[in-house]
Amino acid sequence: MLTLTINGQAKQVDAADDTPLLWVIREHLQMTGTKFGCGAGLCGACTVHVDGTAVRSCQTAAKDAVGKKIVTIEGLGGGKPHPLQVAWVEEQVPQCGYCQSGQIMQAASLLAKNPDPTKQEIVEHMDGNLCRCMTYGRIQKAIIRAAADIRARSGS
Amino acid sequence: MTHMNRIDLRRRSFLIGASATGLAFGYAAVQGVTGISDALAANSFGPTTWYSIAPDGKITVMVGKGEMGQHVSSAMAQIVAEELEADWRMMQISLPDNDPKYNDPVLGALLTGGSWSVRMNFDAMSRAGAAGRITLTEAGAAMMGVPAGECRAANSQVIHGKTGKKVSYAKIVAAGKANKVWTPDGLKAIKLKTPDQYTLIGHSVPQLDIPSKTNGTAKYGIDAMVPGMLYGKPVVPPVRYGATVKAVDDSAAKKVKGFVKAVMLDDGTKTTSGWVVAVATTYEGAKKAAEALKIEYDPGPYAKVNDQTLIDEAKKLQASDGSGQLFVSAGDPAAAIGGAAKVLEAEYLTSINIHAPLEPMNALAYEQGGVWHVHTGNQFASRTGGIAAAALGVDPKHLVLHQYFMGGGFGRRLDADMVVPAVLAAKAVGKPVKVIYAREDDMAMDFTRPLTYQKVKAGLDADGKLIGLQHDVVCAWPTARWGIPAFLTPSVDKKGPLDSFTVNGADFWYTVPNHKVRAILNELAQNATPSGQLRSVAPGWTFWAVESMLDELAHAAGKDPVDFRLAMLDGAGANAMGAKKLANALRTAVGRSGYGAVSLPKNSGIGVACVSAQERATATWTACTAQVEVNPSNGEFKVNKLTLAMDLGTVVNPDGVKAQIEGSMLWGMSLALFEKAPLENGALQVRNFDGYTPMRMSQMPDLDISIISNNDPASGCGEPGVTVIAPAIANAIFNAVGARVRSLPITADAVKAAMKA
Repeated sequence: MLTLTINGQAKQVDAADDTPLLWVIREHLQMTGTKFGCGAGLCGACTVHVDGTAVRSCQTAAKDAVGKKIVTIEGLGGGKPHPLQVAWVEEQVPQCGYCQSGQIMQAASLLAKNPDPTKQEIVEHMDGNLCRCMTYGRIQKAIIRAAADIRARSGS
Repeated sequence: MTHMNRIDLRRRSFLIGASATGLAFGYAAVQGVTGISDALAANSFGPTTWYSIAPDGKITVMVGKGEMGQHVSSAMAQIVAEELEADWRMMQISLPDNDPKYNDPVLGALLTGGSWSVRMNFDAMSRAGAAGRITLTEAGAAMMGVPAGECRAANSQVIHGKTGKKVSYAKIVAAGKANKVWTPDGLKAIKLKTPDQYTLIGHSVPQLDIPSKTNGTAKYGIDAMVPGMLYGKPVVPPVRYGATVKAVDDSAAKKVKGFVKAVMLDDGTKTTSGWVVAVATTYEGAKKAAEALKIEYDPGPYAKVNDQTLIDEAKKLQASDGSGQLFVSAGDPAAAIGGAAKVLEAEYLTSINIHAPLEPMNALAYEQGGVWHVHTGNQFASRTGGIAAAALGVDPKHLVLHQYFMGGGFGRRLDADMVVPAVLAAKAVGKPVKVIYAREDDMAMDFTRPLTYQKVKAGLDADGKLIGLQHDVVCAWPTARWGIPAFLTPSVDKKGPLDSFTVNGADFWYTVPNHKVRAILNELAQNATPSGQLRSVAPGWTFWAVESMLDELAHAAGKDPVDFRLAMLDGAGANAMGAKKLANALRTAVGRSGYGAVSLPKNSGIGVACVSAQERATATWTACTAQVEVNPSNGEFKVNKLTLAMDLGTVVNPDGVKAQIEGSMLWGMSLALFEKAPLENGALQVRNFDGYTPMRMSQMPDLDISIISNNDPASGCGEPGVTVIAPAIANAIFNAVGARVRSLPITADAVKAAMKA
């Protein structure tokens, strides 16, 4: 039995230590916003935050997340939409939408440490997240919009 | 040019039960099987199949089309809302199951593809919306005690102008005053709006499917769950097709926690061959068990087949006059080419490509009360439900396919393979089973874009005018594999039906007096590499050959490639109007690109191409230029900018169209440069996104998109953008450094080699 803290809540899970965090989140806990894409850390669809860092949950053993703060797309905004989620709607980013939880989680980890990224910094940070519909242009625009929103809110 | 075989889409209004495979598709109203629509119907108003209005005023559109990110569900709602005079904020969508009553009104099936949806459903959705407006207006007028003729509807309200009285749709429905169900004849008699009366169509209203795709609440097939569900992980054979399982040793798998059973698939539908499913109580358990299974295979008859084997076979078939069937036959191209001043002959190749949608194939299946339920996102629910029933050996009337958002379709989810392991595993263990392909299974077992070999021979007269063109297309026939005769096209030379979805586009809109197109089935490829429809289908390869060859001809004739094309887009005969629209799109793209009017850096070039994808009867007029920069020392090149113009008639949602064009252009570039699935020893040599590498954000060029809209019928936008990119890039490379490349994907080595040639 593992105890994981996900989106601020302690969850008991009957899973083997080496179970990828992805399957614990998706199937054991039925929080399906986090997606399975490749199982090899190559696409980014399964991106979640562990202690504030964006990680590929398919490559993270559940036991390694014990005692840490896990945040998924469901908990990103802490009860209200995160500025990135607002911007994602404003820019009408998703097509099939399957990669977008991972894209948003990856982008959130960038804006958390750099609220004014250049286009180049965005590309470097996001390049590991595959979008098969290729909504890359809109993802860039939405990140820039959300960053401006975050800066405006913080008065910087 | 005249075409004896102009495509008549009405011909495709097929009775799907007449399939060669003998499958009767879709369930009818069986006792105990309740569709979503029936549940919604309680206390609601549903003047047609297509939507219902609840007492709170929420309008739920039943979308028979598969939603895979093209926002077709939202487009259907937008068309309904236009005539219904509905408040857009009250619109919502629902994806119904495989009840035939949601069949596409033109196709006669639950099928999403071909960039057909908006075009083919526009009329039916408009009439459904108008029917609701008329009924609600009459009911609302009666409630207000005023003549219906003095009322109008707007924003989900019926309004009496003279008195200013209003009553909302919600109130009318809640009062039970609207209950008319319209007949087909009644619907047909409705006078629809003219385009100048549109208030919603032509506006970029927010897409209804987007909010749920930003917060994790959107449900895809892979998210389906039922209590007590087990998990299945396929173990796929070492070849794409034709293997059989000789023995399964599960002694090591039995030691895996939660292991239930290794199920050998006895697939009577022949959709799969040589598959085993490891079933366990968790997915991680199923995966471990799958790895622990020791399986002995007979690799079957195709274990030695490689890309080169398929190309050699294609060349042999093409060389024989007796091969294939004619798709186009006008004049006498052999004689014209025989007397030509200049003759060009070239071979064009495209590699095997896979779809690799980001959501791997999956399905959840279980039996309940004598009815089978399958949960998955699918583009062809009519056939896929039938395959699931056939695999189980049950009456398709007793199988419900529950539809979900698709995490990418691109044609991959037209196929039915994902339901087979799910239903057979569920049957074998007597419990619900959710099968999820690992990415490696998904890639290795893709129903691919087939490898294509095309030979084009053309003649110019002394004035540099194209007088004859022969075009042979050799590949597997993906649509023929479905076994639905209505999808095939009679050949011009009456040699039996051909798969027009391998040659569409070759029947272009240029005026060429002598023209033949021959479709040749590569039987070996058909058997060894079961192929499917990949976004843009035939125009993804036919225009590669046609638009490359036209460029080669223009240069051989000493003419500008734009002028050369425009001269042939004269709109003569059967090409009336269409060719002129294509010429207009070409001029737009060329003009915006600065072609000929900007000085480019050394070793840079702008190339052009224009296409009428997808089919002559469903053409979307599309032209594109590519600006590339080549490093002559190693052949490496960079696509800096793509400039595209598209005329698609009535544009329902301009931003939605733009999103589709953006994605399709990048798809076209990704296929042209980055994607290849080699076949070796009967197996696709791709397993994950390190070996199969669709475009990443850092590889994106600048995009310049012009949408040309007018009052023509709405056309499709999901695929045409794919088809025009590769030839535009290749033509740009030629203009940059004089290197002609004829094989996709284009590699630096090929450019370098062509520079020397």
